[in-house]
Amino acid sequence: MVKSPKKYDVIIIGGGPAGLSAGIYTARARLSSLLIERGAVGGQIVNTEWVENYPGFTESISGIDLTDAMNKQAVKFGLETLIAEVTGLKISGKRKVVRTSQGDISAGAVIIASGTERHKLGVPGEAEYTGKGVSYCATCDGPFFRDKPVAVVGGGNAAITEAIELTRFASKITVIHRRNELRATKIVQEKAFAEKKIQFLWDSVVEAISGDSFVKKLKVRNVKTNKTSSIKVKGVFINVGSKPLTGYLNSIVKLDAVGAVAVNEKMETSVPGIYAAGDIRSNSIRQVVSAAGDGAVAAVNAGKFLGE
Amino acid sequence: MNKPVEIDEAIFSEAVLKSEIPVFVDFWGPHCRPCLMIEPIIDELAEDFEGKVSFVRLNVSNNPQITSRYGVMGLPTLMLFKEGQPVNNIIGFHPKAELKKSLETAL
Repeated sequence: MVKSPKKYDVIIIGGGPAGLSAGIYTARARLSSLLIERGAVGGQIVNTEWVENYPGFTESISGIDLTDAMNKQAVKFGLETLIAEVTGLKISGKRKVVRTSQGDISAGAVIIASGTERHKLGVPGEAEYTGKGVSYCATCDGPFFRDKPVAVVGGGNAAITEAIELTRFASKITVIHRRNELRATKIVQEKAFAEKKIQFLWDSVVEAISGDSFVKKLKVRNVKTNKTSSIKVKGVFINVGSKPLTGYLNSIVKLDAVGAVAVNEKMETSVPGIYAAGDIRSNSIRQVVSAAGDGAVAAVNAGKFLGE
Repeated sequence: MNKPVEIDEAIFSEAVLKSEIPVFVDFWGPHCRPCLMIEPIIDELAEDFEGKVSFVRLNVSNNPQITSRYGVMGLPTLMLFKEGQPVNNIIGFHPKAELKKSLETAL
């Protein structure tokens, strides 16, 4: 809950690595800081069982452990957290007003770190069977598919990592990818290619998901030959990328051609005093380490802005 | 304070099916990020609906029979029981306002 005055030096929207890192920096700079998150903090990385590329951890660390530690560190320095849905952002003279499901809160500077949301496939059956075989989270729902055949749709790091995780449960994993090579990091690809349970359906897209009470099969089309086929699965894990979560920003800050918040190297957006950090900003490489770096850059520049 | 209570299969019938007031069951699992994210929201709902709805949590990995009886295959599944019957079913993370509205409608 927000303590008495609903006014802060800095409001951070989003509690993933970018927002938490920003919070560590603003709170240590003794700026009154509020982080607004719609649920528990952690961000997308919490889905990942093993983070192997965050510097400083010679053994992999889970996304949950890593962001829990970041959160404790930020709170220790005085970062406040509010659970609320951010519904809008507006400029009021020198102040910025963040509209939330818990009321309006104002700040001198705002750091937008609300990340991305997952793309849906947008095919018949997807919405109907969500939670009935269609899943967007292998670590959550993988155990429901013990000894059953499943499909993973997508070819990026998140998709292939999910496929590897699913080998612990599923009898067979078919990766369906629209191109003939993966986008995932080479070391992740090597792991996947070495797994006997994983097979690949290249140049293919899912056209429909069907079943009875639960998913039974997928209609798949080869984009090169245009031939369609049907594969029997009990589950389908959809991981076809994500898009910046910017709807609530209402065009207040400029977006780039792909819909990410446009920033310069100081993480400044088109509006003075509003910054963006992490996966939501233009040209993000969508890594925990870069998100944390962005958060620090945004926080330090927000501090300078407030001091001027 | 109406805090959600962790239950298991052994007391499911007593705690949920035979309850005099509606029961909100949060089917959750370990390693489930949306379950974790939604937890503080459910804690708040439990306070908002104190006296009207009882709130319980069931870990699916330890309670496979109940989980499969109610066809739970996606986490979190939030199911409202009235007089022993499931009357409402929400899957995945949803903001508090949305959950509150759907709960009010179902009551």
